[in-house]
Amino acid sequence: MILSVLSSPALVSGLMVAQDKNSVHSVMFPILVFRDTLGLLLLLGLDVSAMMFPVVHIGDIDVSFLFVVMMFHIQIAEICEEVLRYLPVSGIIGLILWWEMFFILDNETIPLLPTQRNTTSLRYTVYAGKVRSWTNLETLGNLLYTYYFVWFLLPSLILLVAMIGAIVLTMHRTTKVKRQDIFRRNAIDFRRTIMRRTTDPLTIY
Amino acid sequence: LWILAPILTLVLGITIGVLVIVWLEREISAGLQQRIGPEYAGPLGVLQALADGTKLLFKENLFPSRGDTRLFSIGPAIAVVSTLLSYSVIPFAYRFVLSDLSMGVFLWIAISSIVPIGLLMSGYGSNNKYSFLGGLRAAAQSISYEIPLTLCVLSISLLSNSSSTVDIVEAQSKYGFWGWNLWRQPIGFIIFLISSLAECERLPFDLPEAEEELVAGYQTEYSGIKFGLFYVASYLNLLVSSLFVTVLYLGGWNIFIPVFGITIGIFSTLVKTYLFLFISITTRWTLPRLRMDQLLNLGWKFLLPISLGNLLLTTSSQLLSL
Repeated sequence: MILSVLSSPALVSGLMVAQDKNSVHSVMFPILVFRDTLGLLLLLGLDVSAMMFPVVHIGDIDVSFLFVVMMFHIQIAEICEEVLRYLPVSGIIGLILWWEMFFILDNETIPLLPTQRNTTSLRYTVYAGKVRSWTNLETLGNLLYTYYFVWFLLPSLILLVAMIGAIVLTMHRTTKVKRQDIFRRNAIDFRRTIMRRTTDPLTIY
Repeated sequence: LWILAPILTLVLGITIGVLVIVWLEREISAGLQQRIGPEYAGPLGVLQALADGTKLLFKENLFPSRGDTRLFSIGPAIAVVSTLLSYSVIPFAYRFVLSDLSMGVFLWIAISSIVPIGLLMSGYGSNNKYSFLGGLRAAAQSISYEIPLTLCVLSISLLSNSSSTVDIVEAQSKYGFWGWNLWRQPIGFIIFLISSLAECERLPFDLPEAEEELVAGYQTEYSGIKFGLFYVASYLNLLVSSLFVTVLYLGGWNIFIPVFGITIGIFSTLVKTYLFLFISITTRWTLPRLRMDQLLNLGWKFLLPISLGNLLLTTSSQLLSL
Protein backbone atom coordinates (compact mmCIF):
# COMPACT_ATOMS: atom_id res chain seq x y z
CA MET A 1 0.00 0.00 0.00
CA ILE A 2 2.82 2.31 0.85
CA LEU A 3 4.39 1.45 -2.47
CA SER A 4 1.42 2.82 -4.37
CA VAL A 5 1.19 5.83 -2.08
CA LEU A 6 4.76 6.66 -2.92
CA SER A 7 5.04 5.65 -6.53
CA SER A 8 1.91 7.27 -7.94
CA PRO A 9 2.84 10.81 -6.87
CA ALA A 10 6.28 10.11 -8.32
CA LEU A 11 4.79 9.30 -11.70
CA VAL A 12 2.31 12.17 -11.60
CA SER A 13 4.98 14.66 -10.58
CA GLY A 14 7.19 13.38 -13.35
CA LEU A 15 4.43 14.08 -15.83
CA MET A 16 3.82 17.50 -14.34
CA VAL A 17 7.47 18.41 -14.82
CA ALA A 18 6.97 18.33 -18.54
CA GLN A 19 3.45 19.68 -18.50
CA ASP A 20 3.58 22.72 -16.29
CA LYS A 21 3.88 26.00 -18.16
CA ASN A 22 5.43 27.83 -15.27
CA SER A 23 9.08 26.87 -15.41
CA VAL A 24 9.65 27.30 -11.69
CA HIS A 25 6.90 24.81 -10.93
CA SER A 26 8.40 22.36 -13.36
CA VAL A 27 11.63 22.48 -11.38
CA MET A 28 9.76 22.08 -8.10
CA PHE A 29 8.05 18.89 -9.18
CA PRO A 30 11.34 16.96 -9.39
CA ILE A 31 11.59 17.58 -5.66
CA LEU A 32 8.42 15.58 -5.23
CA VAL A 33 9.75 12.92 -7.57
CA PHE A 34 12.96 12.68 -5.57
CA ARG A 35 11.08 12.46 -2.31
CA ASP A 36 8.88 9.64 -3.54
CA THR A 37 11.79 7.70 -4.98
CA LEU A 38 13.54 8.29 -1.68
CA GLY A 39 10.63 6.59 0.03
CA LEU A 40 10.74 3.76 -2.47
CA LEU A 41 14.44 3.25 -1.86
CA LEU A 42 13.85 3.20 1.87
CA LEU A 43 11.19 0.57 1.37
CA LEU A 44 13.71 -1.52 -0.51
CA GLY A 45 16.07 -1.16 2.39
CA LEU A 46 18.75 0.84 0.64
CA ASP A 47 19.32 3.43 3.29
CA VAL A 48 22.56 4.92 1.98
CA SER A 49 21.31 5.43 -1.55
CA ALA A 50 18.15 6.89 -0.08
CA MET A 51 20.15 9.39 1.90
CA MET A 52 22.19 10.29 -1.15
CA PHE A 53 19.04 11.48 -2.84
CA PRO A 54 18.38 14.60 -0.75
CA VAL A 55 22.03 15.50 -0.52
CA VAL A 56 22.89 15.20 -4.17
CA HIS A 57 19.68 15.43 -6.11
CA ILE A 58 17.49 17.77 -4.11
CA GLY A 59 20.15 19.77 -2.39
CA ASP A 60 22.52 20.32 -5.25
CA ILE A 61 21.06 19.43 -8.63
CA ASP A 62 17.64 20.84 -7.99
CA VAL A 63 19.03 23.96 -6.33
CA SER A 64 21.24 24.50 -9.37
CA PHE A 65 18.27 24.10 -11.66
CA LEU A 66 16.31 26.52 -9.53
CA PHE A 67 19.11 29.05 -9.69
CA VAL A 68 19.16 28.80 -13.46
CA VAL A 69 15.41 28.92 -13.95
CA MET A 70 14.79 31.70 -11.48
CA MET A 71 17.50 33.95 -12.76
CA PHE A 72 16.77 33.65 -16.45
CA HIS A 73 13.90 35.63 -17.83
CA ILE A 74 11.92 32.86 -19.42
CA GLN A 75 9.02 34.12 -21.43
CA ILE A 76 5.96 32.19 -20.45
CA ALA A 77 4.00 33.43 -23.45
CA GLU A 78 6.23 31.56 -25.85
CA ILE A 79 5.64 28.29 -24.08
CA CYS A 80 1.88 28.48 -24.54
CA GLU A 81 2.24 28.06 -28.26
CA GLU A 82 1.21 24.98 -30.10
CA VAL A 83 2.57 21.94 -28.40
CA LEU A 84 1.63 19.56 -31.18
CA ARG A 85 4.49 20.77 -33.33
CA TYR A 86 6.91 18.92 -31.11
CA LEU A 87 5.02 15.66 -31.22
CA PRO A 88 7.04 13.70 -33.86
CA VAL A 89 10.47 14.01 -32.29
CA SER A 90 9.28 14.04 -28.72
CA GLY A 91 7.05 11.07 -29.43
CA ILE A 92 10.00 9.07 -30.69
CA ILE A 93 12.07 9.99 -27.62
CA GLY A 94 9.16 9.13 -25.37
CA LEU A 95 8.74 5.75 -27.03
CA ILE A 96 12.45 5.00 -26.64
CA LEU A 97 12.32 5.79 -22.93
CA TRP A 98 9.15 3.75 -22.54
CA TRP A 99 10.87 0.81 -24.19
CA GLU A 100 13.87 1.23 -21.90
CA MET A 101 11.61 1.17 -18.87
CA PHE A 102 10.09 -2.14 -19.92
CA PHE A 103 13.52 -3.46 -20.70
CA ILE A 104 14.50 -2.87 -17.06
CA LEU A 105 11.28 -4.09 -15.55
CA ASP A 106 11.35 -7.33 -17.46
CA ASN A 107 14.78 -8.23 -16.22
CA GLU A 108 14.59 -11.59 -14.51
CA THR A 109 17.71 -11.13 -12.48
CA ILE A 110 16.72 -8.31 -10.18
CA PRO A 111 19.14 -8.91 -7.31
CA LEU A 112 17.30 -6.72 -4.89
CA LEU A 113 14.23 -8.79 -4.17
CA PRO A 114 15.06 -11.86 -2.08
CA THR A 115 13.19 -14.76 -3.63
CA GLN A 116 13.38 -17.05 -0.63
CA ARG A 117 11.51 -14.60 1.47
CA ASN A 118 8.34 -15.60 3.20
CA THR A 119 6.26 -12.69 2.08
CA THR A 120 3.02 -13.60 3.80
CA SER A 121 4.14 -12.97 7.34
CA LEU A 122 5.12 -9.45 8.21
CA ARG A 123 7.70 -10.40 10.81
CA TYR A 124 10.52 -12.22 9.16
CA THR A 125 13.81 -11.99 10.96
CA VAL A 126 17.00 -12.85 9.19
CA TYR A 127 18.94 -14.51 11.99
CA ALA A 128 22.16 -14.57 10.09
CA GLY A 129 22.02 -10.81 9.98
CA LYS A 130 22.08 -10.52 13.72
CA VAL A 131 25.48 -12.11 14.05
CA ARG A 132 27.42 -9.80 11.82
CA SER A 133 25.69 -7.95 9.09
CA TRP A 134 27.19 -5.42 6.80
CA THR A 135 25.43 -2.13 6.63
CA ASN A 136 24.75 -0.74 3.22
CA LEU A 137 27.48 1.80 3.68
CA GLU A 138 30.01 -0.90 4.44
CA THR A 139 29.13 -2.93 1.38
CA LEU A 140 29.31 0.12 -0.83
CA GLY A 141 32.67 1.08 0.61
CA ASN A 142 33.99 -2.42 0.34
CA LEU A 143 33.25 -2.63 -3.34
CA LEU A 144 33.80 0.92 -4.37
CA TYR A 145 37.13 1.56 -2.71
CA THR A 146 38.86 -1.76 -3.28
CA TYR A 147 37.75 -3.19 -6.59
CA TYR A 148 36.39 -0.22 -8.46
CA PHE A 149 38.60 2.52 -7.11
CA VAL A 150 39.82 3.58 -10.54
CA TRP A 151 36.25 4.19 -11.61
CA PHE A 152 35.75 6.15 -8.43
CA LEU A 153 38.76 8.38 -9.01
CA LEU A 154 37.89 8.98 -12.65
CA PRO A 155 34.54 10.74 -11.99
CA SER A 156 36.20 12.84 -9.35
CA LEU A 157 38.74 13.98 -11.94
CA ILE A 158 35.90 14.73 -14.35
CA LEU A 159 34.16 16.73 -11.64
CA LEU A 160 37.35 18.66 -10.97
CA VAL A 161 37.67 19.49 -14.65
CA ALA A 162 34.03 20.58 -14.74
CA MET A 163 34.48 22.84 -11.74
CA ILE A 164 37.61 24.44 -13.10
CA GLY A 165 35.91 24.83 -16.47
CA ALA A 166 32.96 26.63 -14.92
CA ILE A 167 35.26 28.98 -13.03
CA VAL A 168 37.41 29.67 -16.08
CA LEU A 169 34.39 30.34 -18.26
CA THR A 170 32.93 32.90 -15.91
CA MET A 171 36.11 34.63 -14.86
CA HIS A 172 36.78 37.78 -16.79
CA ARG A 173 38.83 40.90 -16.44
CA THR A 174 40.64 40.00 -13.31
CA THR A 175 43.20 42.72 -13.68
CA LYS A 176 40.84 45.63 -13.37
CA VAL A 177 38.94 44.48 -10.30
CA LYS A 178 40.25 45.97 -7.11
CA ARG A 179 40.57 43.40 -4.41
CA GLN A 180 41.03 44.07 -0.78
CA ASP A 181 43.96 42.61 1.02
CA ILE A 182 42.59 42.00 4.48
CA PHE A 183 45.92 41.99 6.25
CA ARG A 184 46.92 45.27 4.71
CA ARG A 185 43.52 46.64 5.61
CA ASN A 186 43.91 45.70 9.22
CA ALA A 187 47.41 47.09 9.38
CA ILE A 188 46.41 50.61 8.44
CA ASP A 189 47.42 53.06 11.07
CA PHE A 190 45.31 56.17 11.15
CA ARG A 191 48.23 58.33 12.12
CA ARG A 192 49.81 57.70 8.77
CA THR A 193 46.74 57.95 6.59
CA ILE A 194 45.04 61.08 7.81
CA MET A 195 46.86 64.24 7.04
CA ARG A 196 46.46 67.07 9.46
CA ARG A 197 46.07 70.52 8.04
CA THR A 198 44.85 73.72 9.54
CA THR A 199 41.70 74.82 7.86
CA ASP A 200 40.98 78.38 6.96
CA PRO A 201 38.22 79.49 9.38
CA LEU A 202 36.55 81.60 6.71
CA THR A 203 35.94 78.71 4.30
CA ILE A 204 34.33 76.22 6.64
CA TYR A 205 30.89 76.84 5.26
CA LEU B 1 0.51 2.79 16.33
CA TRP B 2 2.28 3.13 19.65
CA ILE B 3 5.06 4.98 17.88
CA LEU B 4 2.96 8.12 18.10
CA ALA B 5 3.55 8.48 21.82
CA PRO B 6 7.35 8.92 21.62
CA ILE B 7 6.94 11.17 18.61
CA LEU B 8 4.53 13.38 20.47
CA THR B 9 6.80 13.47 23.49
CA LEU B 10 9.72 14.48 21.32
CA VAL B 11 7.72 17.17 19.56
CA LEU B 12 6.56 18.50 22.90
CA GLY B 13 10.12 18.51 24.14
CA ILE B 14 11.26 20.32 21.02
CA THR B 15 8.55 22.94 21.35
CA ILE B 16 9.44 23.60 24.96
CA GLY B 17 13.08 23.66 23.89
CA VAL B 18 12.40 26.33 21.28
CA LEU B 19 10.50 28.42 23.81
CA VAL B 20 13.41 28.08 26.20
CA ILE B 21 15.89 29.07 23.51
CA VAL B 22 13.95 32.18 22.59
CA TRP B 23 13.89 33.19 26.22
CA LEU B 24 17.56 32.31 26.61
CA GLU B 25 18.47 34.44 23.65
CA ARG B 26 16.63 37.39 25.09
CA GLU B 27 18.17 36.99 28.52
CA ILE B 28 21.70 36.36 27.30
CA SER B 29 21.62 39.18 24.80
CA ALA B 30 20.28 41.40 27.51
CA GLY B 31 23.12 40.43 29.77
CA LEU B 32 25.63 41.03 26.99
CA GLN B 33 24.18 44.41 26.21
CA GLN B 34 23.88 45.29 29.87
CA ARG B 35 20.17 45.67 30.00
CA ILE B 36 17.31 43.74 31.52
CA GLY B 37 15.68 41.12 29.35
CA PRO B 38 12.01 40.24 29.15
CA GLU B 39 10.26 40.65 32.46
CA TYR B 40 6.62 41.25 31.70
CA ALA B 41 5.50 37.98 30.21
CA GLY B 42 5.39 35.49 33.02
CA PRO B 43 7.84 35.27 35.89
CA LEU B 44 11.30 36.35 34.71
CA GLY B 45 9.88 36.67 31.22
CA VAL B 46 9.72 32.94 30.59
CA LEU B 47 6.54 33.10 28.55
CA GLN B 48 7.99 35.68 26.19
CA ALA B 49 8.19 33.25 23.32
CA LEU B 50 4.56 32.30 23.76
CA ALA B 51 3.63 35.95 23.78
CA ASP B 52 5.57 36.44 20.55
CA GLY B 53 3.88 33.49 18.95
CA THR B 54 0.43 34.63 19.97
CA LYS B 55 1.09 38.09 18.61
CA LEU B 56 2.17 36.58 15.30
CA LEU B 57 -0.95 34.45 15.20
CA PHE B 58 -3.15 37.48 15.46
CA LYS B 59 -1.42 39.39 12.70
CA GLU B 60 -2.86 39.59 9.23
CA ASN B 61 -1.60 36.91 6.90
CA LEU B 62 -0.50 38.71 3.78
CA PHE B 63 0.03 37.27 0.34
CA PRO B 64 1.85 39.24 -2.33
CA SER B 65 -0.70 39.84 -5.03
CA ARG B 66 1.33 38.92 -8.06
CA GLY B 67 3.71 36.52 -6.44
CA ASP B 68 3.48 32.80 -6.65
CA THR B 69 1.01 32.04 -3.89
CA ARG B 70 1.57 28.31 -3.67
CA LEU B 71 5.33 28.56 -3.48
CA PHE B 72 5.01 31.42 -1.04
CA SER B 73 2.91 29.35 1.33
CA ILE B 74 4.89 26.14 1.09
CA GLY B 75 8.34 27.73 1.47
CA PRO B 76 8.47 28.17 5.26
CA ALA B 77 6.73 24.85 5.76
CA ILE B 78 9.48 22.98 3.96
CA ALA B 79 12.16 24.65 6.04
CA VAL B 80 10.43 23.75 9.31
CA VAL B 81 9.42 20.20 8.39
CA SER B 82 12.89 19.23 7.23
CA THR B 83 14.45 20.53 10.41
CA LEU B 84 11.94 18.73 12.59
CA LEU B 85 12.63 15.43 10.81
CA SER B 86 16.25 15.45 11.84
CA TYR B 87 15.35 15.43 15.54
CA SER B 88 14.46 11.78 15.26
CA VAL B 89 18.06 10.61 15.28
CA ILE B 90 19.39 12.51 18.27
CA PRO B 91 20.01 10.36 21.32
CA PHE B 92 19.20 12.03 24.60
CA ALA B 93 20.28 9.17 26.82
CA TYR B 94 21.36 5.58 26.35
CA ARG B 95 19.32 4.36 23.40
CA PHE B 96 16.75 7.01 24.19
CA VAL B 97 16.42 7.93 20.58
CA LEU B 98 13.40 7.96 18.35
CA SER B 99 14.95 5.94 15.55
CA ASP B 100 18.29 4.21 15.80
CA LEU B 101 19.21 4.31 12.15
CA SER B 102 22.49 2.84 11.04
CA MET B 103 23.25 6.12 9.34
CA GLY B 104 21.52 8.56 11.63
CA VAL B 105 24.04 11.31 11.24
CA PHE B 106 23.82 11.06 7.48
CA LEU B 107 20.09 11.65 7.73
CA TRP B 108 20.68 15.06 9.24
CA ILE B 109 23.11 15.95 6.45
CA ALA B 110 20.62 14.78 3.86
CA ILE B 111 17.70 16.67 5.35
CA SER B 112 19.63 19.87 5.86
CA SER B 113 20.12 19.86 2.10
CA ILE B 114 16.38 20.33 1.61
CA VAL B 115 16.31 23.60 3.54
CA PRO B 116 17.72 25.74 0.66
CA ILE B 117 14.75 24.67 -1.46
CA GLY B 118 12.37 26.17 1.06
CA LEU B 119 14.39 29.38 1.15
CA LEU B 120 14.47 29.63 -2.63
CA MET B 121 10.75 29.04 -2.87
CA SER B 122 9.94 31.69 -0.32
CA GLY B 123 12.32 34.17 -1.90
CA TYR B 124 10.89 33.61 -5.34
CA GLY B 125 7.27 33.53 -4.29
CA SER B 126 7.34 37.02 -2.83
CA ASN B 127 7.11 39.37 -5.76
CA ASN B 128 10.13 41.29 -4.64
CA LYS B 129 13.56 41.60 -6.23
CA TYR B 130 15.34 42.00 -2.95
CA SER B 131 13.77 39.08 -1.18
CA PHE B 132 14.50 37.00 -4.28
CA LEU B 133 18.15 37.99 -4.07
CA GLY B 134 18.08 37.27 -0.37
CA GLY B 135 16.67 33.84 -1.03
CA LEU B 136 19.35 33.11 -3.62
CA ARG B 137 22.05 34.24 -1.25
CA ALA B 138 20.62 32.20 1.60
CA ALA B 139 20.51 29.10 -0.56
CA ALA B 140 24.08 29.69 -1.78
CA GLN B 141 25.26 30.10 1.80
CA SER B 142 23.40 27.02 2.92
CA ILE B 143 24.75 24.74 0.24
CA SER B 144 28.30 26.03 0.51
CA TYR B 145 28.54 25.33 4.23
CA GLU B 146 27.06 21.86 3.90
CA ILE B 147 30.32 20.55 2.52
CA PRO B 148 32.66 21.34 5.43
CA LEU B 149 29.86 20.12 7.70
CA THR B 150 29.62 16.82 5.86
CA LEU B 151 33.38 16.38 5.83
CA CYS B 152 33.64 16.95 9.57
CA VAL B 153 30.81 14.51 10.20
CA LEU B 154 32.61 12.04 7.95
CA SER B 155 35.76 12.33 10.05
CA ILE B 156 33.71 11.61 13.16
CA SER B 157 32.16 8.55 11.52
CA LEU B 158 35.66 7.37 10.68
CA LEU B 159 36.68 7.70 14.29
CA SER B 160 33.65 5.86 15.59
CA ASN B 161 33.41 3.21 12.85
CA SER B 162 29.75 3.91 12.41
CA SER B 163 27.35 6.58 11.30
CA SER B 164 24.75 5.84 13.89
CA THR B 165 24.46 8.56 16.50
CA VAL B 166 24.16 6.08 19.36
CA ASP B 167 27.37 4.38 18.28
CA ILE B 168 29.17 7.68 17.99
CA VAL B 169 28.25 8.64 21.52
CA GLU B 170 29.15 5.22 22.86
CA ALA B 171 32.53 5.41 21.19
CA GLN B 172 33.23 8.53 23.20
CA SER B 173 32.55 6.96 26.55
CA LYS B 174 35.80 5.06 26.92
CA TYR B 175 38.03 7.48 28.75
CA GLY B 176 35.49 9.64 30.52
CA PHE B 177 36.14 13.28 29.93
CA TRP B 178 39.15 12.76 27.69
CA GLY B 179 37.39 10.40 25.37
CA TRP B 180 35.19 13.02 23.85
CA ASN B 181 35.63 13.66 20.18
CA LEU B 182 36.41 17.25 21.02
CA TRP B 183 39.94 16.28 21.98
CA ARG B 184 40.42 13.90 19.13
CA GLN B 185 39.23 16.34 16.47
CA PRO B 186 39.80 19.88 17.68
CA ILE B 187 40.01 21.32 14.18
CA GLY B 188 36.89 19.49 13.19
CA PHE B 189 35.11 20.88 16.21
CA ILE B 190 35.87 24.46 15.26
CA ILE B 191 34.91 23.88 11.64
CA PHE B 192 31.71 22.19 12.70
CA LEU B 193 30.85 25.11 14.98
CA ILE B 194 31.38 27.64 12.23
CA SER B 195 29.58 25.61 9.58
CA SER B 196 26.58 24.88 11.76
CA LEU B 197 26.29 28.55 12.65
CA ALA B 198 26.34 29.28 8.94
CA GLU B 199 23.75 26.61 8.23
CA CYS B 200 21.38 28.09 10.78
CA GLU B 201 21.92 31.52 9.26
CA ARG B 202 22.82 33.03 12.57
CA LEU B 203 25.30 35.77 12.95
CA PRO B 204 28.00 36.25 11.89
CA PHE B 205 26.49 34.69 8.79
CA ASP B 206 23.31 36.61 9.02
CA LEU B 207 23.17 38.24 5.61
CA PRO B 208 20.02 36.58 4.27
CA GLU B 209 17.93 37.69 7.17
CA ALA B 210 19.67 40.79 8.30
CA GLU B 211 17.33 43.53 9.26
CA GLU B 212 19.53 46.30 8.04
CA GLU B 213 20.55 44.91 4.71
CA LEU B 214 18.23 43.55 2.06
CA VAL B 215 15.37 44.36 4.41
CA ALA B 216 15.22 40.95 6.06
CA GLY B 217 16.12 39.07 2.89
CA TYR B 218 13.77 36.33 1.89
CA GLN B 219 11.53 36.93 4.89
CA THR B 220 10.48 40.41 3.88
CA GLU B 221 7.02 39.76 2.55
CA TYR B 222 6.07 37.40 5.30
CA SER B 223 3.80 38.40 8.12
CA GLY B 224 1.86 36.67 10.78
CA ILE B 225 2.34 33.04 11.43
CA LYS B 226 4.39 32.37 8.30
CA PHE B 227 7.04 34.68 9.63
CA GLY B 228 6.58 32.89 12.90
CA LEU B 229 7.39 29.67 11.07
CA PHE B 230 10.64 31.12 9.76
CA TYR B 231 11.46 32.42 13.22
CA VAL B 232 10.79 29.02 14.73
CA ALA B 233 12.71 27.29 11.93
CA SER B 234 15.77 29.36 12.74
CA TYR B 235 15.68 28.35 16.38
CA LEU B 236 14.84 24.74 15.57
CA ASN B 237 17.86 24.61 13.32
CA LEU B 238 19.96 26.11 16.09
CA LEU B 239 18.70 23.53 18.57
CA VAL B 240 19.33 20.62 16.27
CA SER B 241 22.82 21.91 15.46
CA SER B 242 23.71 22.28 19.11
CA LEU B 243 22.32 18.83 19.89
CA PHE B 244 24.44 17.42 17.11
CA VAL B 245 27.48 19.23 18.45
CA THR B 246 26.99 17.56 21.80
CA VAL B 247 26.35 14.16 20.24
CA LEU B 248 29.25 14.29 17.83
CA TYR B 249 31.88 16.19 19.74
CA LEU B 250 31.01 16.67 23.34
CA GLY B 251 30.14 13.12 24.19
CA GLY B 252 26.36 13.01 24.19
CA TRP B 253 25.18 11.79 27.53
CA ASN B 254 28.59 10.88 28.93
CA ILE B 255 29.93 12.61 31.96
CA PHE B 256 32.88 11.70 34.17
CA ILE B 257 31.10 9.11 36.23
CA PRO B 258 29.26 6.26 34.55
CA VAL B 259 25.71 7.18 33.81
CA PHE B 260 23.19 5.09 35.69
CA GLY B 261 19.91 6.41 34.58
CA ILE B 262 18.10 8.03 31.75
CA THR B 263 17.39 11.30 33.48
CA ILE B 264 21.04 11.98 34.24
CA GLY B 265 21.76 11.28 30.60
CA ILE B 266 19.13 13.71 29.39
CA PHE B 267 20.30 16.27 31.88
CA SER B 268 23.92 16.08 30.80
CA THR B 269 22.97 16.25 27.13
CA LEU B 270 20.92 19.35 27.79
CA VAL B 271 23.68 20.98 29.82
CA LYS B 272 26.15 20.48 27.00
CA THR B 273 23.60 21.73 24.50
CA TYR B 274 23.18 24.82 26.61
CA LEU B 275 26.94 25.37 26.40
CA PHE B 276 26.83 25.48 22.64
CA LEU B 277 23.70 27.59 22.67
CA PHE B 278 25.41 30.05 24.93
CA ILE B 279 28.40 30.17 22.60
CA SER B 280 26.27 30.77 19.54
CA ILE B 281 24.05 33.40 21.16
CA THR B 282 27.09 35.20 22.53
CA THR B 283 28.68 35.07 19.07
CA ARG B 284 25.56 36.51 17.56
CA TRP B 285 25.59 39.55 19.77
CA THR B 286 29.33 40.05 19.69
CA LEU B 287 30.64 39.66 16.18
CA PRO B 288 29.81 41.82 13.18
CA ARG B 289 28.19 40.43 10.12
CA LEU B 290 30.17 39.00 7.25
CA ARG B 291 29.63 40.32 3.77
CA MET B 292 28.37 37.84 1.25
CA ASP B 293 31.56 37.37 -0.69
CA GLN B 294 33.55 37.10 2.53
CA LEU B 295 31.06 34.50 3.68
CA LEU B 296 31.34 32.36 0.57
CA ASN B 297 35.09 32.91 0.57
CA LEU B 298 35.26 31.55 4.07
CA GLY B 299 33.17 28.54 3.17
CA TRP B 300 34.83 27.44 -0.01
CA LYS B 301 38.39 28.66 0.24
CA PHE B 302 39.05 28.33 3.93
CA LEU B 303 36.83 25.80 5.62
CA LEU B 304 36.66 23.30 2.77
CA PRO B 305 40.43 22.75 2.44
CA ILE B 306 40.83 22.63 6.20
CA SER B 307 38.06 20.09 6.59
CA LEU B 308 39.56 18.02 3.77
CA GLY B 309 42.89 18.17 5.54
CA ASN B 310 41.14 17.13 8.75
CA LEU B 311 39.65 14.16 6.94
CA LEU B 312 43.05 13.26 5.56
CA LEU B 313 44.60 13.46 9.03
CA THR B 314 41.85 11.32 10.48
CA THR B 315 42.14 8.66 7.80
CA SER B 316 45.90 8.52 8.09
CA SER B 317 45.73 8.22 11.87
CA GLN B 318 43.15 5.46 11.54
CA LEU B 319 45.39 3.66 9.07
CA LEU B 320 48.45 3.99 11.26
CA SER B 321 46.77 2.81 14.41
CA LEU B 322 45.20 -0.26 12.89
